[in-house]
Amino acid sequence: MTLEVRDLRLAYGAREALRGISFDVNRNEIFGVIGPAQSGKTSLLKCLNRTIDQVAGTTLSGTIRFDGEDVLRLRDVFSLRRRIGMVAPLPVGLPMSIYDNVAFAPRCAGMHHRADLDAIVERCLRQAALWDEVKDRLPSLGTALSGGQQQRLTIARALSHQPEVLCLDEFSIAIDPVTTMRIEDVLRELRGEMTIILVTNLVQQARRLADRTMFLWNGEIVELGPSSVVFSDTPASRRTYEYVNGIFG
Amino acid sequence: MDAIAPPVTRFARTPGVARRERLQAVAKWVFFTMALAMIVPLVAIVVYLLVQAAPSLNWEFLVEVPKKGMREGGIWPAFVGTLYLVAISLAIAAPIGVLAAIYLNEYSRESWFNRVINLAVINLAGVPSIVHALFGLGAFVYAARFGYSIISASLTLAIMTLPVIIASTREALASVPMSFREACWNVGATRWQTIRAVVLPNSISGILTGVILQVSRAAGETAPIMFTGAVFFKAVQRGDWFPYRLGDQCMALSMHLYTVSTQVPNVRESIPYATAVVLLGSVLLVNATAIAVRVWLRGRKKW
Repeated sequence: MTLEVRDLRLAYGAREALRGISFDVNRNEIFGVIGPAQSGKTSLLKCLNRTIDQVAGTTLSGTIRFDGEDVLRLRDVFSLRRRIGMVAPLPVGLPMSIYDNVAFAPRCAGMHHRADLDAIVERCLRQAALWDEVKDRLPSLGTALSGGQQQRLTIARALSHQPEVLCLDEFSIAIDPVTTMRIEDVLRELRGEMTIILVTNLVQQARRLADRTMFLWNGEIVELGPSSVVFSDTPASRRTYEYVNGIFG
Repeated sequence: MDAIAPPVTRFARTPGVARRERLQAVAKWVFFTMALAMIVPLVAIVVYLLVQAAPSLNWEFLVEVPKKGMREGGIWPAFVGTLYLVAISLAIAAPIGVLAAIYLNEYSRESWFNRVINLAVINLAGVPSIVHALFGLGAFVYAARFGYSIISASLTLAIMTLPVIIASTREALASVPMSFREACWNVGATRWQTIRAVVLPNSISGILTGVILQVSRAAGETAPIMFTGAVFFKAVQRGDWFPYRLGDQCMALSMHLYTVSTQVPNVRESIPYATAVVLLGSVLLVNATAIAVRVWLRGRKKW
């Protein structure tokens, strides 16, 4: 068990985003999260790496157990964020060189030996399937890459601090289908090394990749089970069937 | 569907088309005239000043000290005094203003404390300089016992420029996209690491421009220094770069301009104009530097 979420509640002011959800994420699985807009998917991820702290006016309760600690009461959020990586929906190349984009997190963590950084940059860019395209222009700007390349750069940056859990928040909404497929292959390979939480609007993407899938709706878990069941003709909840098949949502 | 089909467009010159074109031409000329109206007074002022000042404009006028009760000689003590006042006031206001703006924009959250500071900054920026002058007189000359001195005058100028520096720095910081910061936080960077690696490198040109533009304000104001440290006359060696100490009173260009224009009878007519040219020239020189720095830094901007 990597993550144990128990009775997690989150409200922005008076508006409840998560209404007491509990679930476990297993080691080295791809855990899919699906649900319509406003169902609490992104809010859940923000709780996992505590970037929810940056949002003013929230109330938060419940526990998230990770490596024996309660994430929500942890003081050292910076170490937490290195262990739980996050890829945002829109690709963000930082305004620095491709090399520095990937070396940024290790440097923040105090690593400065050029040889070590070189090794990390190459490993992460290879893992993110970007190395062959950029290996000859590492000093050029990360912001000058195409959208699909920047999203793979973002993934490489998230891998650079060797997270145990990698969260991806609708990583494919701004990139083309071919790049999406390449990144999906990358994720299948990464599964051997880490746990992946895949939040997606594309039901088919969760069906293709996820071992288990959770269907969130209106801040509550409608269904959580093996993808083979959730995406079958007979899931536990009728609403799951309707959402997956585009009848509501 | 077919109920709201658009009218068929052809290239015929209907009355409607002709009217739109006329209106467009009129609008363009109105805006052009207004833009021209901005330039004409500026050119007129500069040309008029230069013509009137021509008899006195030379190197001697800049480095010579005033003689015969301001009726002869140059403006060196006032020129150096203004340099002192501007440099010291900015050396105080720029670090405080920039660091405060970084705190307000990058660290503080939405709270009553933040709103109070915002309100204070906006209101301070709108306070007339004469009120700053009275504040400086009470706070620095009397309460802090600095007396009428360069340090009192510089502090008063610093208080006056501070809110504007804070506002312009915040604007420069806010122009850095939020997504850059979030991307840094997501990989475990602290706020300071984020500021140093991403926020400052991409806002430094705007910050510097805002600070340098305050030079012209500090150099041009008369009221705040008149009450706190600038004097009518101060005996100084010709061309001396270090005639004043912090506790001394000093002369200043803006004050000198006021003096020779209104307080001294029978001044040669070209002297006030030449003083104005030196003041304007110094300010324009600094502004040109600001523009050059901005262009240079923007060329290195990374997105």
